[in-house]
Amino acid sequence: MEANPETGPQKGDVQTRWVELVVALLIVVAGLVVIQDSLRVGISWASDGPKAGYFPFYIGVILAISGAVIAAKAVMNWRALADKTFVTRSQLKTVMQMLIPSIVYVTVIAFTGIYVASFIFIAGFMVWQGKYKWWLAIVIAFLICAGLFFMFEVWFLVPLPKGPLEAWLGY
Amino acid sequence: MDDLSNLMHGFAVALTFKNLLFMLVGITLGVLIGVLPGLGGANGIAILLPLTFTMSPTSAIIMLSCIYWGALFGGAITSILFNIPGEPWSVATTFDGYPMAQKGQAGEALTAAFTSSFVGAFFAIVMITFLAPMIARFALRFGPPEYFAIQLLTFCSFVGMGREPPAKTIVSMMLGFALAAVGLDTVTGTLRMTYGVTDLLQGFDFLIAVIGLFGLGEILLTMEEGLAFKGKSAKIDPAIVWKTWKTLGRYWATSLRACLVGCWMGVTPGGATPASFMSYGIARRFSKRGSEFGDGVIEGVVAPETAAHAAGTSALLPMLTLGIPGSPTAAVLLGGLLIWGLQPGPLLFVEKPEFVWGLIASMYLGNVVGLLIVLTTVPWWAAILRIPFSIIAPIILVICAIGAYTVHNNMFDVFMMVVFGVVGYLFKKLKYPMAPLVLALVLGDSAETAFRQSMLASNGSISVFWSNSLVGSICGLAILLLLWPVISGLIGAARGGGKGKPATTPSG
Repeated sequence: MEANPETGPQKGDVQTRWVELVVALLIVVAGLVVIQDSLRVGISWASDGPKAGYFPFYIGVILAISGAVIAAKAVMNWRALADKTFVTRSQLKTVMQMLIPSIVYVTVIAFTGIYVASFIFIAGFMVWQGKYKWWLAIVIAFLICAGLFFMFEVWFLVPLPKGPLEAWLGY
Repeated sequence: MDDLSNLMHGFAVALTFKNLLFMLVGITLGVLIGVLPGLGGANGIAILLPLTFTMSPTSAIIMLSCIYWGALFGGAITSILFNIPGEPWSVATTFDGYPMAQKGQAGEALTAAFTSSFVGAFFAIVMITFLAPMIARFALRFGPPEYFAIQLLTFCSFVGMGREPPAKTIVSMMLGFALAAVGLDTVTGTLRMTYGVTDLLQGFDFLIAVIGLFGLGEILLTMEEGLAFKGKSAKIDPAIVWKTWKTLGRYWATSLRACLVGCWMGVTPGGATPASFMSYGIARRFSKRGSEFGDGVIEGVVAPETAAHAAGTSALLPMLTLGIPGSPTAAVLLGGLLIWGLQPGPLLFVEKPEFVWGLIASMYLGNVVGLLIVLTTVPWWAAILRIPFSIIAPIILVICAIGAYTVHNNMFDVFMMVVFGVVGYLFKKLKYPMAPLVLALVLGDSAETAFRQSMLASNGSISVFWSNSLVGSICGLAILLLLWPVISGLIGAARGGGKGKPATTPSG
């Protein structure tokens, strides 16, 4: 793989090697957590057979070793991996434009119920990202939420999280 | 002959008006799911699963498996018209499908794709019809060591056959097993890895993982790639269909090879995606027009589509007969069966024959119905993709959130779905395979139970896995597959003779 200055990471881009290394190390940590907890509940034999940690212990060991192998590979190829970009700055921005509203959305569900939160989310996203007229966004978001409401609450009788608005409406 | 009469009985079950209606609904939803980014066979079925709890299990599984066929068909539409694979297994279809559309042969490409999907699936269903009862009868002899060995074989074949680096496949698998271990240990009643968090008592449900990994993860990837969908228009009329059908007979050898590759990759959990690539590669090597592949050759559409469908369908064979799914989607269907109180495996054929044969009969019917639906409705599906992503994306996320919530009526699951979404994004970009994680999460408990029972029977001696010829040969095969990357590397080194170390570092 030749280094290509044109496609290599620019300033502000996230390099693949760093993400690779960090994820691999997190995997090692996860493996150690599994090992630690398995040791806590016991990995040996009790009178009635293997204890609860018997099987997960080996899972944790293999997990930690595999993570370490990936991390070691990333470090050994550190130079060769230099020209690989994980995400460019602008790509990261668009990903975050989706991820952050998503996190906010699921948090809001806990307070307002799913219908109100979804309405705000869909309408907001349309105006913010899609540059739609606000009234069009409200109409579309309302129709979708109303459709979901009838499908789940009325037709299939599957209750979804509801908040003050639904309570006020008598649901 | 007994099986044939069972099958006829199955047709009688599947051919009721209600079940035909569910079939139609399922196929339509499936194509929709296959066309939309972020929704696929696995998470689409996971999301719709709670809606089927009020139906009879037979109707429900007919609808859910039809969603699966629909999703398999739907992936081809986006690949050919938009050069965007709606599903991972239709990536290989874009190689020749999109160039054909650019040349104005979109109708031919779509007809070829749908028809070969149908042929592939049909081949696999015929195989299931004849092999499933035999395997089920055989598997009745299995004890815990054999079950664990089969599961070992499943997971080892991921390592050996996967296109991803072995270490990453193992990591993904072990993460699945570790997540499956979280919560109450059903054998000893001990709490594992809950750290005092009550929401973790139930453990991680694989449906949540599927919705997050394949749903939000996919949406984030689509966001990154930009939102512009520029598609070719599609017109399919009976004349084009008829003209294409007349030429397709010429490619029977390609189709047959693709069917065999697909069935093999589907039964061993290689899955539809590697099957489609492998079949494409084989077709290119064998074809007289091999050098033209990539410029819009119809064979380049036939080969991957046939194999993907054959693999997608035959993945249900181990799921039904052994209780071991061959793909994430088969895993979700398995989860559904468990929720309805049906334990897939050899006993299912004995205890619930009407269910099993109704399902198999519905596979035949579902694929015929599916072919007719997609051939007649392509322009509408293409129109759906022209809806801007800034409307589609939040809607899909809302659907994912609802799907995650309805699994256990639990808000914690919705948060976990987002976490899995981020994991899915990172894993996809770093080329960690996700199917092993899902399958390990599904099979974790049963694998552990089988392992413990085997250990109990042998008083902790690992030699129980070599105690008879059956379990020994399965284990041997598993270890061969596990070491396959090393072995093939050595073979390569021996052939390369003296050229120094072969490049074993996986690219990408």
